Amino acid sequence: MMQYVANGVVLGATLALGAIGLTLTYNILRFANFAHGEFLTFGAYFTLVFAAFFAGAAPIGPLTFGWGFLLAAVIGLVLSALLALVLDRLLFRRLRRSDVTVTLVIASFGASLMLRNVVVFVWSPRPEYFSRTIAVSREIVPGVRMTGDELFVVALTAALMLALHLFLTRSSLGRSMRAVSDDPSLARVAGIDVQAMIRWTWFIGAGLAAVAGILFGLTVQISPEMGFNLILPMFAATILGGIGSIYGAVVGGLIIGLAQELSVPLIGAAYKPAVAFTLMFLILLVYPQGILGDRS
Amino acid sequence: MLSYLVFFLAQASIFAVVCLGLNLQWGYTGLFNIGVAGFFLVGAYAFAILCGPEYPMQLGGRGLPFPVGLLGAALASGVVAFVVGIPTLRLREDYLAIVTIGIATTLHLVALNAQWLTGGSQGASGIPRPLPGLLDTVLARNALMLGLSLAVVLSVYAGLEAMVRSPWGRVLKAIREDETAASSLGKNAFLFRLQAFVIGSSIMGIGGALYASFVGFVSPEDFQPILTFQVWTMLIVGGSGNNKGAVLGALVMWAVWTLSGTLAQQLLPPGLQVKGGAAQVILIGLVLMVTLVVRPRGLIGEEAEVSRGAVVEGAPGRR
Amino acid sequence: MSTGREPAGADRPPRRASRGEPALEVRDVVAGYVPEADILRGVSLRVREREIVTVLGPNGAGKSTLIKAIAGLVPVRSGSIRLFGESLLAVPAHRMVSHGLAYVPQTGNVFARLSVRENLEIGAGAHRASGGFRDDLDRVYELFPRLAERRRQAAGTLSGGERQMVAVARALMSRPRVLMLDEPSAGLSPLLVAILFAKVREVRELGLTILVVEQNARAALAVSDRGYVLAEGREQIEGGAGDLLADPEVGALYLGARRALA
Repeated sequence: MMQYVANGVVLGATLALGAIGLTLTYNILRFANFAHGEFLTFGAYFTLVFAAFFAGAAPIGPLTFGWGFLLAAVIGLVLSALLALVLDRLLFRRLRRSDVTVTLVIASFGASLMLRNVVVFVWSPRPEYFSRTIAVSREIVPGVRMTGDELFVVALTAALMLALHLFLTRSSLGRSMRAVSDDPSLARVAGIDVQAMIRWTWFIGAGLAAVAGILFGLTVQISPEMGFNLILPMFAATILGGIGSIYGAVVGGLIIGLAQELSVPLIGAAYKPAVAFTLMFLILLVYPQGILGDRS
Repeated sequence: MLSYLVFFLAQASIFAVVCLGLNLQWGYTGLFNIGVAGFFLVGAYAFAILCGPEYPMQLGGRGLPFPVGLLGAALASGVVAFVVGIPTLRLREDYLAIVTIGIATTLHLVALNAQWLTGGSQGASGIPRPLPGLLDTVLARNALMLGLSLAVVLSVYAGLEAMVRSPWGRVLKAIREDETAASSLGKNAFLFRLQAFVIGSSIMGIGGALYASFVGFVSPEDFQPILTFQVWTMLIVGGSGNNKGAVLGALVMWAVWTLSGTLAQQLLPPGLQVKGGAAQVILIGLVLMVTLVVRPRGLIGEEAEVSRGAVVEGAPGRR
Repeated sequence: MSTGREPAGADRPPRRASRGEPALEVRDVVAGYVPEADILRGVSLRVREREIVTVLGPNGAGKSTLIKAIAGLVPVRSGSIRLFGESLLAVPAHRMVSHGLAYVPQTGNVFARLSVRENLEIGAGAHRASGGFRDDLDRVYELFPRLAERRRQAAGTLSGGERQMVAVARALMSRPRVLMLDEPSAGLSPLLVAILFAKVREVRELGLTILVVEQNARAALAVSDRGYVLAEGREQIEGGAGDLLADPEVGALYLGARRALA
C-alpha cells in the first residue's frame, strides 16, 4: 500500500510541475492550452538529442545519469521554452489580436496534434529511453522501494516549487506577473509591459513542463504521445486545485498522482487516465472552483 | 473510377453528418466540443451492439433492423452528452473543452479495455449494411450506402435549418451574442445550451452508426483525436455558423485528406509510410492554422449580422 | 515626492515647463473605441502646472473616454495631447508612468489579490530598487495612515474607501508629475468624499498637477482651481471653479436645474 503512495508521489510531482505551467498560462492568457503537453514531450526529446552528444559521463551516485545528462536537460528545457514562445508568436498572438472568437482552444488542440506528429516525423513512434542503465530500486522505508531517479524527481520538484514561490513573492518580475494575472488592464496602466510578462509566462510555464517531461522520460519512458497522455491528468490537477491557483495546481497534481496510483490495485493500470477524468468530473459537479480556487 | 468516387462520397457524407452536428454546437451555440470522436464512437458501438451479429463473450447479437440501430446510436450519444453537459455547461466555455476531451479519451479507453462491451482492441466486426443480401456488387452496395448517407445529410440539414429559423433558434443566437441580455428576457441559457449540445451529439452518434454500417467493422483505432481534429478543420474551413459550410468543408477537407494520403502512399517507400501519415496530419494542421489566422470565417462562413460599429465576429482586421 | 525636491517623472530627466507651458494640453482631440463611433469630437483643455482641474459633464459626455485617451487606452484619431510640451500620442499605455503621467481608473483600480504593500511596490515600478523607495513609502503612509495598518492585507479585502486610497497611493508611488483621477468619489459616502478631496489638495501641495473627472460636481469644484464642462464630446464651458459653481448654465447642463450648483 505504501508503495502505491510512493509511486503516487513521484507521479504527482511530475503532474504538479506540468500543471503549474498550465495554470500560469490560463491565468494570464485566459485560455486552456491543449498544446501544453507538447512542451513536456519536446523537453524530453530535445534532451534526448543532446544527451547523446554528452554521453559518456559517469552516472552520479545512485542515479542513472551523469553531468552530461543534466547539461542536456538544461538545453532541452530552454529549447522547449523557446518553442512555446515561437508558438505564441506565430499562432496565439495573432489569434488574440484579431477579433475572432474561434479560438485559442481549438488552435491549441490542433497545434498539439501537429507537434506530436512532428515528433513522429522527425524521430519515430517507438518509445525511447534516456539510458540503458537499469535503475536499481532500494528499500527506503519498510514496504517502499524507490530508485535513485525517483527520489531525484521528488527532491527536484520540491526545490523548483520553493524557487517558484520565492520568485513570485520576492522578485519584481514575479510580482509583475502576479499583477498581470490579477488584472491585466490595470497592470498596463500601472506601467507593466504586459506583452513581456506574457512572454515570461510562456517561458516559465513551458520550462517547468519541459522539466516534467524530462523527469517522466527519466522514470517511465519517452514517446510522442507522452505529453498528450498527461494533459488530461494535468488539467484535472489544475481544476481540482482551482484553476488559476499555482499552489492549487501543486495540491491537485499530488492528489491526482496518488489517486491514479492507488487505483491500480482496484481497477488495473489501464484505466489510470480515467481516474483523473472521474475526479475532475466530480469536482466540477460538486465544487467547481476547486480546492484553492477563487471564491468569485 | 466510379466506384472510388462513390466510396469517397459516402465517406464524405458521413463526415458531413458529424460536421453538421458540430456546427449546431459550435457555429450556432458557441460550445467547444473537442470530444467529437467520443460521441462518434458511442454511436458506432451502439449500432454494432444493436444490429451486429452474435459476438463471443460480448454484448451484441440483437440483429435489430437498421433504423433501430440509428435511433439507438442517436440516443446513446445523446445520453452521454446529457450526463457530461449537466455540470459542465453551467461553467466557463473552456471547461467544456477540457471535459469533452476527457470523455473522448475515457470512452476510447473503455472501448480498448472493456472486452465484454466492445470487444476490446479486436473491435466488433460483421456489422451489417442496410438491406443485406439485396444487392450483390460492391459498387451497388456502396451506392446504396451513399444514397442513405446523403439522405441522412439532407434530413439533418433540413432539420437543422428549420430549427435555426425557428423561435428556438433565434433564442440560441441571442444567447450566443449576448447572454446577459437574453437571460434578462427570461431565457434560461443553460437549458438551451444543453439542448443544442445533446442534439448535436446525437447527430454525431448517427454519423457513427452510418460509419459502423458502412465499414462493417469498428475498433478503438478508428476513434482517435485525429478524427475530432478532422471534423473541426472541416467545419472551420467550410465556414462555421453555416450548415452549407459544414457540408462543403467536409467534402473539401476529406478530399484534401485522401489526396494527401494517396500521394504519401505513392511517393514514399514503405519504410517511411508512418512518417507520411505524420506529414498528412501536419498538413491538415497547417490548413487549419492558416485558415484561423487568415480567413477565420472559412470558405462560405457567415457574415455576422451585428450592428455596425460593434466588433464584428469572423471579420479579421477590424478593430 | 519629498518637498524641497523637484518632482521628477520616473526615469527621465525632468523637463522644466517653459514659461506658461501647460503641464497637460489636449487640443482638438477626436477619439473613440471604434472608428465609426467617435465619443470625443474635437475636445480641448489645458492644465497648468500645480493646478487642480475638474472635468464635469453628464453621463455619456465622454469624460472617462477623455482620460483614457490621454492615458493611451483609447485610440485618438486626430488632435494632439502633450505632457509638458511632449506629445503622448505615440507613447504606449504602459510607458505613460515613465513619462510622469499616472492614471487611477474608476473601477478595477487595485490588484485585489496582492497585498497593499505589493500594490505600492508595483506602483513604484523601477523605483522599487532605488534608495528613494522607502521615503516614497513613508510619504504615502503619512498621507494615508490607514494603509500602513493594513499593509499586509490583500487589497481586495479592504473597504471601498480604503481601496480608493490604495489606488491613489499606487499611482503616487510612480512619482508622477501629473495625476489623473477617474470619478474618485464613485461609491463613497459623503464623509469619505470630503476626506478624499481634502487628500487631493494635500497631494497637490506635494508638487503634482491633478486632473479629475467627476460626477460629483460640487465636491470636486470645491477643491479645484478651474473646471470644464464636457457635453457631446466637446468642452462646452470653461472657467474658474468658483464661477462654475455659481453659474446657472452649469446647473442646467447637469441637473436640468434652473439654478446654480452652489
